[in-house]
Amino acid sequence: MSYGAQILRLLPEAILTVFGVAIMLADPLVRRKRALGYLAVGGLVVALLGTVLMVQQGWWGPAFSGHILNDPFAVFFRVLFLLIGLLVVCSSFDYLETNAIHHGEYYALVLFSIVGQGLMAASVELVMIFIGLEISSIATYILAGFRTRDVKSSEAALKYFLLGSFATAFLLYGIALIFGATGTTHLAEIRAALRAGPMGPMAAVAAALMFVGFGFKVSAAPFQVWTPDVYEGSPSPVAGFMSAGPKAAAFAVFLRVYLTALQPVEGWFWLLWVSALLSMCIGNFGALVQTNIKRMLAYSSIAHAGYVLVAFAARSELGVAAVLFYMAAYAAMNLGAFIVVTHFGGEGERHVSIDDYTGLGHRQPALAAVLTIFLLSLIGIPLTGGFFGKFYIFQAALKAKLIGLTILGVLNSAVASYYYLRVIVVMYMREPAPTSPPAARVPGAISFVLSVAAIAVLYLGIFPGDVLQFATRSAAFFR
Amino acid sequence: MEFVRNHILTITLFTPLAGAVVVMLLNKERIDAIRWVANIFAFAGFLVSLPLVFWFQSAQPGFQFTEEAMWIPSIGARYSLGIDGISLLLVMLTTVLGSISILSSWTAIQDRVKEYYVFFLVLQTGMLGVFMSLDFFLFYVFWEVMLVPMYFLIGIWVGPNKLYAAIKFFLFTLFGSVLMLLGILVLYFSYHTQFGAYTFDIRQLISLNLPLNTQIWVFLAFFVGFAIKVPMFPFHTWLPDAHVEAPTAGSVILAGVLLKMGTYGFVRFSLPLLPGASADSRIVKFMVALSLIAIIYGALVSLMQKDWKKLVAYSSVSHLGFCTLGLFALTPNGIAGSVIQQINHGISTGALFLIVGIVYERRHTREISEYGGLSNVMPVFATIFMIITMSSIGVPALNGFIGEFTILQGTFEVNKVWAGLATIGIVLGAAYMLWLYQRTMFGPITNPKNEKLADLNWRELATLVPLVIWAFWIGLYPKPYFRVLEQPVAQIVQRVRPGYYAKRAVPVPAQPVVVPAQAQVTTEK
Repeated sequence: MSYGAQILRLLPEAILTVFGVAIMLADPLVRRKRALGYLAVGGLVVALLGTVLMVQQGWWGPAFSGHILNDPFAVFFRVLFLLIGLLVVCSSFDYLETNAIHHGEYYALVLFSIVGQGLMAASVELVMIFIGLEISSIATYILAGFRTRDVKSSEAALKYFLLGSFATAFLLYGIALIFGATGTTHLAEIRAALRAGPMGPMAAVAAALMFVGFGFKVSAAPFQVWTPDVYEGSPSPVAGFMSAGPKAAAFAVFLRVYLTALQPVEGWFWLLWVSALLSMCIGNFGALVQTNIKRMLAYSSIAHAGYVLVAFAARSELGVAAVLFYMAAYAAMNLGAFIVVTHFGGEGERHVSIDDYTGLGHRQPALAAVLTIFLLSLIGIPLTGGFFGKFYIFQAALKAKLIGLTILGVLNSAVASYYYLRVIVVMYMREPAPTSPPAARVPGAISFVLSVAAIAVLYLGIFPGDVLQFATRSAAFFR
Repeated sequence: MEFVRNHILTITLFTPLAGAVVVMLLNKERIDAIRWVANIFAFAGFLVSLPLVFWFQSAQPGFQFTEEAMWIPSIGARYSLGIDGISLLLVMLTTVLGSISILSSWTAIQDRVKEYYVFFLVLQTGMLGVFMSLDFFLFYVFWEVMLVPMYFLIGIWVGPNKLYAAIKFFLFTLFGSVLMLLGILVLYFSYHTQFGAYTFDIRQLISLNLPLNTQIWVFLAFFVGFAIKVPMFPFHTWLPDAHVEAPTAGSVILAGVLLKMGTYGFVRFSLPLLPGASADSRIVKFMVALSLIAIIYGALVSLMQKDWKKLVAYSSVSHLGFCTLGLFALTPNGIAGSVIQQINHGISTGALFLIVGIVYERRHTREISEYGGLSNVMPVFATIFMIITMSSIGVPALNGFIGEFTILQGTFEVNKVWAGLATIGIVLGAAYMLWLYQRTMFGPITNPKNEKLADLNWRELATLVPLVIWAFWIGLYPKPYFRVLEQPVAQIVQRVRPGYYAKRAVPVPAQPVVVPAQAQVTTEK
């Protein structure tokens, strides 16, 4: 295959890289930084069109000596990352201006992070996966510390970076052991090797070590400790981005590696089982006592990682489809909630306490209504994407006879409703206090992305058929 | 006409929702316009449901007015609606009580009027959907979605403790329903294992043949969901809180219709889909014991109440105990009586909550001791209250008697002790209701603040009179009600006790036939 034909398998990433570099180059020349934001939006849209073209032209299959595999699974995730990127970039314009941190790198870093995520989703070779993971992570580390004037932001970046590097070291160690055990880093070959020969303890140890790395990236318990602090300190749009994009990418490789390469190693099922349960419980019970909305959403994202792990533990095609659908629904609802937080926080993110939302239902009914939709979806009320997401997850788990985990999961999701409802309560059922922050006008870009996210949540809840079909087709990779 | 006839359920289902959309589009300052629109749509909802009564064929087994459409092909969830005699009665109860309670809120709600009516109309659609769905998944969606408007109705209006009550209501019901969802999934997968297809259609799921053990587990999962909604003892604690904090119309709907969703769940899903578990003697004893406790305990607690509305709320626990008792007698009389008692409870408790609401709007207190001798200043009100009290107690010639008598008859057939214990509840019921009436209505006016109270106005009369008429209708001529219930009840009994009819040499009623969609409507012309 010619080099050009190979690059076509990575068309979205190639486009984004070009745009990212262009933004960096244009940064010193452009005074109005918002223009760079529009350039980033343009890049994401072109990349999206590139993905469509890629699918239409049928540029499937392996590339770069089998390091990359362009399959429906990879395409599903890349489309998701690009859409997440669009929402994040559009919601950042006004945020960056209000906080006086409007720099061009921001947009470039978001694009590079998405490039990394796209590579992760499309890689079928461990070193390539690692490179994608690092590209994505390093961009995110910097983004987390973007509020340079705020100590908390720097703390978040540092914490995320140190713990993140530590976790990736585990991952790398695991990769090394797998290479030692099987002599290859290609996922399919690893599986074949593990199936063929007697499996030493080396493979099992490798599976456990890699679990630490991926568990950290998806903020699954017991590797979740960083999440609340990092989410709290990071700029709100970045926190939203982290909860959607890098997390989904990490789940993509997590699924790919464990269901193909490490599939013959049976023992990791129990790691998954325990981690799913712990994540759900720690996330939900932790969120119950939070007073800061960003921290609450951080704990909730731990819990949601737990639900996704339940579907993962099903180890079936249905389970994988459930994970994919859930990542899409979760991206829409959680990002939506973070966009509201972004807007509402105001200058220097002063209004991030749940009590600041008191009486929002009276003062800004539209903003309160969309936040209510996102929260109801996070609870999992029908007619929202969150409900179907949970439904497919528990359906898959029950089908795989994970009865105990399923029961604990649904009970957890009922507990979770309490802390989401608490926000709805303060918004609608309390009168606005004189101390509540004044109602700020909702900028056009924010109202646009909020409507898009809300429509997406409702669309996934009322007509989930199409996306589910896409997810089901994409889930066939490990057969 | 043909179109209307084929889609009557969809039309009835979505009329309130259309109203909600229209109200949403109105300017929130134009309060009167909002009230008119909401009332018109609620009443229209009743009018469009009326043809159901005339077109319904009592003799025909199975579901009628069915509508089918694919909804989510990948999981086999369908938009399928249909009603039989049991759901017909509950649908009518919903549309009647819905329009009455919206009318009753005209002056009671002064705050955030627009949101109130939007939530109310959405709630109305949700409840209708629960009673019409033939697809278990669709049912679940309506069942859950309804929580949200009800949560707001309890939480935003009236009541000092509303936050606590609203969250308690939400959490209780959510816990119940997530477990129910697992039960539904077990049936769904078992059907796939046995028949190789994925479906949530209850007309298909009924052919499942599950081992008793599985049935019992699924029954328990459903039980948690339904029993919390009913509410059965010991899950009833959310009910008084929610009632006390909800606005009048909310209480009417909550008691009148929402609680029936629990009993409806038992009769529509638990009994026919899990006949083995439902007839299992351990389960029956368990359910009957809880029902009897609810009957007596609810009545005793009612006796102790100082708060008028709480008294009515606890009386609901007792009355619904009768409904579940009748169901788990598993005899035709028990089940038919239970369904009729559900309607009766909707009528009489709905009216009682309206009555409390009327005095509350005048005096802003629900303490029974604040009142006394009201019959002197409000004679019309006192008369209507008397009739409703009689209906709630179960005095012959009124609806309550018919329901309770039939339930007791059905229970007596199975076990005389159960019937005997249940009658204690009736005696206690008479005691707390008559005592309430005596304390509030009779004697001289004890509180000077009550001297100037106005009697009912035309709007309040319009909310109460239909219920009084309905109470008399069921009391004097219940035959049409028993006739529509005959087929569905016989099918259920046939499912749970296959030998019942043979043993008694009663002719076996026609077996249910699965009639394809649309076909029915055309055949009856």
